[in-house]
Parts: sequence; structure tokens; C-alpha cells
Amino acid sequence: MLKCRALWRKLAPLTRSASTVCRHNVKSTALKNGRTQVLVPAAHMSTGPAGGGGNENAIYVMLVGAACLGGGAYAYMTVKGDSKRYEERILEISSRSSKQAPESQPLVSPEPEEEAADTSEESIPAAEPPGETESASAAEELVTEAPPPAEPEAVQEAPAEPAVESPPEAEPAAAPESAPLTIPSHAPYLLIGGGTASFAAARSIRARDPGAKVLIVTDEPDLPYMRPPLSKELWFSDDPSVTETLRFKQWNGKERSIFFQPSSFYVKPEELTSAENGGVAVLTGKKVIQMDVRGNKVKLDDDTEISYDKCLIATGGVPRNLQVIEKAGDEVMKRTTLFRKIEDFKSLDSVSRNVKSITIIGGGFLGSELACALGRRSSETGLEVIQMFPEKGNMGKVLPEYLSNWTTEKVKKEGVRIVPEALVKSVIFKDDKLEIRLKDGRQVKTDHIVAAVGLEPNVDLAKSAGLEVDSDFGGFRVNAELQARSNIWVAGDAACFYDIRLGRRRVEHHDHAVVSGRLAGENMTGASKPYWHQSMFWSDLGPDVGYEAIGIVDSSLPTVGVFAKATSKDTPKAATEQSGTGIRSESETEATAISPVASSTSAPIVEHKDEYGKGVIFYLRDKVVVGIILWNVFNRMPIARKIIKDGEEHADLNEVAKLFNIHED
Amino acid sequence: MSYCRQKGKDRIIFVTKEEHESPSNAELVADDPNDPYEEQGLILPNGDINWNCPCLGGMASGPCGSQFKEAFSCFHYSKEEVKGSECIDHFRNMQECMKKYPELYPQEEEKETPPQTVDVPDQESYLNSSASDTGLVTDSSLPTDSQRAT
Repeated sequence: MLKCRALWRKLAPLTRSASTVCRHNVKSTALKNGRTQVLVPAAHMSTGPAGGGGNENAIYVMLVGAACLGGGAYAYMTVKGDSKRYEERILEISSRSSKQAPESQPLVSPEPEEEAADTSEESIPAAEPPGETESASAAEELVTEAPPPAEPEAVQEAPAEPAVESPPEAEPAAAPESAPLTIPSHAPYLLIGGGTASFAAARSIRARDPGAKVLIVTDEPDLPYMRPPLSKELWFSDDPSVTETLRFKQWNGKERSIFFQPSSFYVKPEELTSAENGGVAVLTGKKVIQMDVRGNKVKLDDDTEISYDKCLIATGGVPRNLQVIEKAGDEVMKRTTLFRKIEDFKSLDSVSRNVKSITIIGGGFLGSELACALGRRSSETGLEVIQMFPEKGNMGKVLPEYLSNWTTEKVKKEGVRIVPEALVKSVIFKDDKLEIRLKDGRQVKTDHIVAAVGLEPNVDLAKSAGLEVDSDFGGFRVNAELQARSNIWVAGDAACFYDIRLGRRRVEHHDHAVVSGRLAGENMTGASKPYWHQSMFWSDLGPDVGYEAIGIVDSSLPTVGVFAKATSKDTPKAATEQSGTGIRSESETEATAISPVASSTSAPIVEHKDEYGKGVIFYLRDKVVVGIILWNVFNRMPIARKIIKDGEEHADLNEVAKLFNIHED
Repeated sequence: MSYCRQKGKDRIIFVTKEEHESPSNAELVADDPNDPYEEQGLILPNGDINWNCPCLGGMASGPCGSQFKEAFSCFHYSKEEVKGSECIDHFRNMQECMKKYPELYPQEEEKETPPQTVDVPDQESYLNSSASDTGLVTDSSLPTDSQRAT
């Protein structure tokens, strides 16, 4: 009796252990233990009390035997229950294998596992019929969870588990023969999300790990593309078919697509595993809904599972909406755009041609850029463009007040009617118009609303993956090397990371997505580098106002601005023309490869009425410069980056400003 | 004449060109060339090629990445009198591969020696301005910046 109880106690923790190997060993151990232990007490019993009390003995033996059997059965049931998931996986694989290459099945059977070995053969065929019927009915879609396996199938769990390795191996061989939409069951590098950060990581991985096989899974229907032109350049295009081609002309006259690479760059997902030199494959229209960190795999919305070696989460975010609009009903929601993706651009473009009035709620980067873009269009079409926000001026949370006011005047010149200090109280649909009522009583009537009120980072996977979410900034909390857990990194808008210089933060800019994506890719291939190269951002508000910025640029910080008078050369247009680039942050990359173009002869100085023509603005935190804006001053980002990297206290910021040569081109 | 204004917590200074002509006395911390954290240029401190350099654009990571790496490595380590003369085969392989992807690598000019002449001006390498034909392929599709002295 005591021996049985000891056995019980020994078995219980063993059977509850998580890993496959452990379980595998445990199973064998348990079975062995079960068997041998059952024998031992029986043996002892039989040599125990000699002779007399035969009946007692018999009863005793029966009781002991029953208890041991009960214990064994319990252990058995627990093991079976715990690894049900694995059984299903095996069944899924074997059903997939049976669909593609029935000859791969024999790989599963030979397993030198006690008497489980004999049962394996009979249960594999048992597994096949359910697998096959299901795959037949599922057509192209992969088999979802198989019905709970019957007991005999569970017995060959142990042999089947080590054989998990072989079906995936059989798969790649079978893959080319399979149906065209086969999703690889394993990706050495799995990138969740198909945006800028993901593409940057894919490129970085491919550069560093020759022959790497990278799978990008995105729920959008499009290949990876860049977002800034959606609210800037694409709107300035003269091409009427721009919504289809998504090509834009840069200031220097060169055209390009917003897609990072055309589709010929990518490998097809089903060919990824067998690609000789590896490649990047993009699986569009599939959403990852669950992540199993322990098992190193993810589950898609069609119940397919993909296992990985290294995983990047680059899920970005979803535009926020105003609560008052969400509660306002369908008619209002139908006439509201939350701007983020290509489809939003397409729909807003068509809306802007068909309505008389559009109101943009939000005074930040996106809102102001869209306002300027639509404002420019308004001169051709007579469209009324209104922009409203709670702050006093455009970019009120970014620029110091004097500059924010100046910027607002510029935006007004682009044809936008500004409604500052506006808090939306309610929105109703009345008389075929949207009526926006503000808290101070003002009313705005419009046909369509664009809400640009922020981004909600997408942390849907945090729960199933058990990843930490940051409560201050939102997003997945990762360390300075962008790592959330072993084998899991996060980059882009969704990453709340530790910046060694500037502290913990979350950045929602394009260049940050590129820099962090690249860094994550480097770290996924073994680099172990922290976030160090400071990313920058830029904005253009019309052709006359442009700035580049780096670091923490928050209007609540004390600032020191050093300004000069602007000449006609100091505009974003001139800057890109000179450096021959279309997108501001590229002008720096350009320089490393090409010798600098000699600057043109100085143009005659044109006096502007505006006081803040060009200059540098320093943002200070505890007397240290943590952020810099280059106001209408271009191609000097490396100096700005250096100053932030140094993190020194400078007594006279005017001296620091001299480093920028703001009076020069 | 420069003057200064204070608007609450924000200070504004206006400066003339003359005032900014005198050299700055602001002190910058000296850079460590071997800083492991810093972004490296095309050539790493130990002499190897940095395949992840933004200046290479997509060349090392695209479908013809391995051919490109072989060709360029061969050239880089070549000690011949005419640098890269023994690398002709690699370059041929690379061009063969590139011909298969005309969308990615439109063929305009064919030259022998990189880096000056690995010239793949195309829709992807946007930074080859018309004025300059030299330099490596740069890829504006991944805007990110590296050190530049202006």
C-alpha cells in the first residue's frame, strides 16, 4: 500500500510536466514504473506473510492490485489529457501527409517503444481514415482539430511524438506536389505583420543569414508598403489612376511605387520551404490569432498552425476612434474614415471627389498632413476642408506654442478652415449632413469625417502568448534589444522598448519602424545589439513648411529655438531636389554611396515676412538635449543625432546651433 | 544683431549669419570607431563587408542575393592588379540571375567592376540621381539614415 502511494506521488508530478521529451520519457518511465512497480509489490506480497490467511492474502493482493491499477490508469488518463493537443497536431500532420504523400506514413511507425510499438502500426491506419475524410471535406483548407482520438491511438502517443519531426520533413518533399495554397507548417523566421518593420526585419535577416527562409504573415491583402506617401505624396500626384497604381512622383521627378518591392521579389509561401537559397514569402489575408510560446508556434484564423524558430511581432496598430462617433450610429460611422491603410486612402480619395465638405478631427501629424493634402485639392474642386482639434494650433503637442501658431497659419493658407480648441461632444446625422456639436456650443456641418486621433497598438496576441503589455505607453513591453521573450522580438509601432539614452518609449514613426525592424532582424540572427541608432521623423505641411526631427519632441518640455531668416532655397522641395531623393530620411543613405553633389551657387536671399523661416529647436529635459527639430533645415540629421547621443549638458545652445550652419543650404 | 525672446518656458534666439560664422565652442564627445552598438558603414572595422548596410539596398537580400554576395566578396578581397579580374564568373552568374528578375533589376548598363559600376538604376534604386552614375545601388524603399557629413 505504502509503495503504491509513493509510486502515486512520484508519478503525479512527472505526468504533469510540460515538454514533449519529458512527457515522452515520463510516459516510458511511467509505463515502466507502473509495470515494474506493480510487479514488485505483487512480488513482495507473495513472499510476505507466509502460508496462513490465504483468503486474507488474496483479498490483500486484489486490493493492492486494484489500487495500483487505479493509480496507473489515472496517470495514463492525465498523460493522455495533457498531450491531447499534440495528438491533434500529429493527426493533422499525418492527415496532411496522407493527403499529399501516403508513403510518408511508414516514417511515423517504426518506434522502439515497448509494447506501444505494436499498437502504433494499427493506430496509424486508424489515424489515417479520420485524417483523410476530414481533408477530403476540407478541400483546400487545412484540417482543423481532429475528433478526440480513441484510446488505442493514444497509446502510440509516445512513438508518434518523436515522429513529429519526420512528418514535417516529409512535408517539404511533398509540398511541391500539394495544392497551391499550402501554408508552410514551419518557418525558421516567422514575422507577424506585413508592414514597414516586418519588411525591414526580413531584409536584415536575409542579409545576415544566407539562405534564410522568412515567412511574413499579414492580414492585409497587400504586400509590404510604406505609409508616409498615403498622406502626402500620393495626394499630390497628377495621375488620375494613382489609386490603382499607387505610384507617386517624387519632387525630383522620379516615380516609384509605395510597395517596397514588386511581387517578383518574394517567394511563394508554398515554395518557401524548398527554396534553395531561401527567400522572403508573404502570406496575405491571414491573421495570427493565437501564439503558443512554449510550443514555438502560432495559430492562424483558419486554424492552421505554423511553428517557428524565431518570431517577430510587428503588428503595428489600429487607428483610434472617438467614442462619440462610435456611439453615434451607422449613418455616422458610414461617413467616417479611420485612415491607415491603402484601402482607406482609396476610399478617402473617392469620397473627396464626391462630397462638398470633409472635416478632419485631430491636429497631429496625420491630421495636419491630410488637411494640407485635401486643402490643396480643394482649390481645384471647391471642396471645403475643415480641421478641428483640442489644442490651440496644429502640432500643438509637438511644437512649442509660437511655432504651432505659425504652422497653423500656414495650414490655413493651404485652404483649410481651422477650428481650434474643439472638443467634440456629439455627432448626429441630420438632413443628409453630419452635424458635429462641440462642447463649447459651436457646430460644424459636414459630409464626411476623417478621424486622426491616434493609434491603438495591436497587442491582441499578448494574452495567448503571455507577453507583457506596457501600461504607460501601450504596446508589447520589450527590452533594449527589442526582445520580449527568448525567440520573440517586437518592432515598430507595437513595441514599447527601452531606449538606453532616452528611456522607455514607444515610437510611431516610419523611420523608427525601419530602424527597429532592422535591429530586430539583426538580433534574430544573433547580433544582440540594443536600440542605439536614433530614428528620425519628418513632416511636410505644404511645399513651404517642412521639418525633420529626432528624439523626444514633446511641446511640454522647455525648448530653445535658434532661427535665421529663410531664403527661397529653404523649402522641402529644394531639399529633395538637391539631394535627389524623394523621401527625406533617404537623403542620408544616399550620401554613403554617392559622393556629395556640390552645392549650387547661392541664390539671392529672399526676405520672408515670417520670422521662423529656418532654424533649430532643442528640447530639453533636465538641461540635456533629448530632442531636436530641424526647421526648414535639411540634411543635417547626423549632427542632431550626435548631440542626442552624447547626452551632454551644454551651457550655451547657441554654440551648439552653430554646428548646424543654419544660414547655409 | 541677434536677439532673444522668452515665451514662457520656450526661449527663442534669432541670429545673423555673421554671428554664426565664428567656430562653435560646443564640445562633442569623441566617437569610438569600434563602438559595437553603432551602425556600421559598408565596410566593418575588421574589413568584412556589412551586408546589412542600408546603402546596399535590397541587393544582398533579394532573389539574387547570394550571387551578389559572392561576386562582391570576391571583388572586395581580390588582390589582383586589376581588382576583381578573377571574379568575372561570379559577376556573370549575378547578371544571369538578375536577368531573370527584370522588374527588380532592370538592365540599363552593363559594366564589369563594382562598386563604381554596379549600376542598377531602376524603379527600386531611386537614389541614383541623374547627375551621378557612381556609387552603389541605394534603395530608397527602405529609408533609413546613416552618417553623412554635410
